Amino acid sequence: MNLRRDPFQAIADPTRRAILLLVASQAMTAGAIASNFDTARPTVSKHLQILTECELLKSEQNGREIYYHLNPKKMKEIADFLEPFRQMWDARFNKLEAVMKNYQPKK
Amino acid sequence: MEAKTKILAEDGKQEIVITREFDLPVELLFKAYVEPGIVEQWMGTKVLKLESRQHGSYQFETTDPKGNKHRFNGAIHEFSPDQKITRTFEMENTPFGVQLEFLKFEKLTDNTSRLNMHVVYESVAQRDQLLRLPFAQGINMAHNRIQDILGKLK
Repeated sequence: MNLRRDPFQAIADPTRRAILLLVASQAMTAGAIASNFDTARPTVSKHLQILTECELLKSEQNGREIYYHLNPKKMKEIADFLEPFRQMWDARFNKLEAVMKNYQPKK
Repeated sequence: MEAKTKILAEDGKQEIVITREFDLPVELLFKAYVEPGIVEQWMGTKVLKLESRQHGSYQFETTDPKGNKHRFNGAIHEFSPDQKITRTFEMENTPFGVQLEFLKFEKLTDNTSRLNMHVVYESVAQRDQLLRLPFAQGINMAHNRIQDILGKLK
């Protein structure tokens, strides 16, 4: 498995989460994003690269500048990843409830 | 409608909490975890062994749609009827390791109860991997379904 392409791995990093929050409101250039952090510009570039590789960010060329914006589809996928796990337990517990409602204690 | 089963999985922690309220007296809810015949019905597993007592152990077996058998087992550390079970849980022949489960059974009214399932994993990475398992399977199943449909069109 390529960890660089794993969106869950990508959002495990606090700087990368901060970047996602930043670009959530508007598309931004790498320079504008970097100006929000104390970290060196190449470090921010690396983060942007990882976020782009795992498709959480999309980049668009606009004249000489590259703008980064959120990929809502991928973000939704991440937000929903717990849902199947919850549904699995919900289905099990629904069954438990149904089984026990029909339970006849052995005399 | 509010979800009946709730999952709390905080970022960067190696634990989760699953809670659920039941329209059942706490005694019946607890029984569902103790009687092998009942466990088989709601878990959809075969119970190979279930020693519901302190220092007891259990082993269950499920058969997937392809006919492959999967076993999981654990040891019971604490057993307080109608109140609490502390046990380990491990899927055999998988890299997921052991998890520690604290199951608390709580009486709400004479006919309602709450289950609080606190699960602790060996690491954050392991927890996240396990939580994503049904998600990954869901994606696989969707793929298989598409393949099935496409297969029929041929």
